[in-house]
Amino acid sequence: MTRPTVDLRPASLPPNPSPRPLITQLARPQVMALAAVLLVNWLLFPGFFSITWQDGRFFGSLIDVLNRGAPVAILAIGMTAVIATKGVDLSVGAVMAISGAVAAVLVTNGVSAPVAVLAALGAGLLCGLWNGILVTVLEIQPIIATLVLMVAGRGLAQLITEGTIVTFSDPVLIFIGTGSFLGFPMPVVIALVLMLAATLIVRRTALGLLIEAVGVNRSAARFAGLSANALLLIVYTFAGLCAAIAGLIVAGDIRGADANNAGLWLELDAILAVVIGGTSLMGGRFSIPMAVLGAVIIQAMNTGILISGFSPQFNLVVKSAVIIVILVLQSPLMAQAFRRRPSATPSKPGTQE
Amino acid sequence: MNIIKTLALGAGLSGLLLSAAYAEGLQGKVIGFSQIGSESGWRAAETSVTKAVATELGIDLKFADAQQKQENQIKAIRGFIAQGVDAILVAPVVATGWEEVLTEAKEANIPVVLLDRGIEGPEDLYLTSVASDQVKEGRVAGEWLVNAVADKQCNVVELQGTVGSSPAINRKQGFEEALAGKANLAIIRSQTGDFTRSKGKEVMEGFLKAEGGGANICAVYAHNDDMAVGAIQAIKDAGLKPGTDILVVSIDAVPDIFAAMVAGEANATVELTPNMAGPAFEALDAYLNGGTVPAKFIITESKLYTPADDPQGEYDRRKGLGY
Repeated sequence: MTRPTVDLRPASLPPNPSPRPLITQLARPQVMALAAVLLVNWLLFPGFFSITWQDGRFFGSLIDVLNRGAPVAILAIGMTAVIATKGVDLSVGAVMAISGAVAAVLVTNGVSAPVAVLAALGAGLLCGLWNGILVTVLEIQPIIATLVLMVAGRGLAQLITEGTIVTFSDPVLIFIGTGSFLGFPMPVVIALVLMLAATLIVRRTALGLLIEAVGVNRSAARFAGLSANALLLIVYTFAGLCAAIAGLIVAGDIRGADANNAGLWLELDAILAVVIGGTSLMGGRFSIPMAVLGAVIIQAMNTGILISGFSPQFNLVVKSAVIIVILVLQSPLMAQAFRRRPSATPSKPGTQE
Repeated sequence: MNIIKTLALGAGLSGLLLSAAYAEGLQGKVIGFSQIGSESGWRAAETSVTKAVATELGIDLKFADAQQKQENQIKAIRGFIAQGVDAILVAPVVATGWEEVLTEAKEANIPVVLLDRGIEGPEDLYLTSVASDQVKEGRVAGEWLVNAVADKQCNVVELQGTVGSSPAINRKQGFEEALAGKANLAIIRSQTGDFTRSKGKEVMEGFLKAEGGGANICAVYAHNDDMAVGAIQAIKDAGLKPGTDILVVSIDAVPDIFAAMVAGEANATVELTPNMAGPAFEALDAYLNGGTVPAKFIITESKLYTPADDPQGEYDRRKGLGY
């Protein structure tokens, strides 16, 4: 993890002639952590890597990891942008519940699926906008501002569903959660497309740079002529949109909107994914693909625990132990230790691990 | 929509209520009901059933929703005492901290009935408690499975409730009791699905992969119906037939498990009745009118439902109850 520096170059757009060699990319602690978790899974369950073709789609534990990790990965994409501005969005889990509830209630009342999906996404945008307004206009600290919707949002979703699990049989909504495209589950496809789109937008335009500038020092960014408030509004609204997409996936997956449980505590998994991905909670330099990788690591762990046959009492202990190891590997201390390796060329200051 | 709901509720209740013979006694009585909140579909059903039973019996029910907070419940009970109600029903949100307010009710000579959860404290603070026996629920589910598979070899996977919660512990214990000594039945995998559909589905996916694509699994036992509904989808995604290739048995009897039974995808469920108030009113009637002190712990029936028990009818009856 790098400390926020005044060096404002976007991380993954080094216009310098020599791109980082593949080997340093692979030596990142996140990639090693994922490899280690997958290896342990394989040791626990030899069939872990076997993928078969069944009913027109890939079928296997590895696909499960991607499929189940997709909602958190999508949340993490939005969360990365928020955290890069030195903020945090605790409400994304509740927004998932709201979005699923809106879509489910609308289709069960005869509204066509595309309209219901748009309405659900619109609800997510509104929720994000609300957070953004609290943070910018009212200048409430992000953790408090989004806590409001985290608590109230789930109640709102329960109001929409009238406290019941609203089940539906609409093929479009079900397709979003359980369909497949080119053999891959829809949630994976959606997460991948969103990741690529978001990464391209922040890295091929100045947006990423501006986000980092606001995260490193909001006042300085404003004095430098950036419209920090507009940027924050965009970032929180985007996080709301991501949450709404994740909410649609989760609802489609179980063919119902479960306002009590949809997205419950997933905001914490999303924050964890971002942190595992190496983005500092202090704002500044960020990486969306690494956050998605973080989400995959978390899910690989969850899936591993499921197939390992451990008693469920160990779930959280195992998970936290692995996470501690990953975070220690990423700590500045360990990063320094790695850099002192004799053969390695001295890394340039400001280059991400 | 509301009219339909009310109609469905009326139709459903006539089935749920066993007898209304004792009804005359509570006509016009004022009874306060402090409910926890509406955190689950079952809780919502309990509220709507309680209200409907009270209407049917001519009880003036004062309803207070505590929104999962004990201080709200204590406030509500104090309010009931101040109003001088004839009796109080409480579904306690936590087990401790009730001595003071229940002593006040006792001093005011108002009988208190606990619904579906117990409290820690002197037993003379309340008239009786009405609750289900969670161990028995698990046992009924297990006994069904033992009979269903007869002598066949059967590997069972278990979807547990939230780790450490009392329904998860007790329903697991009851099920294991029923399977004890049966050499042909074994629980080969057990994981928590947190009582939710999505976790139930995810965990079942893992089980299916780990057990040869489901070939080694003969039955799934879920601690609640929601996890079973999720598991059914996972079984279908794996290309197997739930209910046939893999037997599905669960607990709660919510409407959607009956819909699954209609489709032939679920095999049995054990009812956790939302009608805790029926036995409570019965006990209050006997106490207020005849002075009969009821048993301290009234255990509700844990009824088994299978596809032979008119699942479509059960679904229709329950759909309007707020599950």
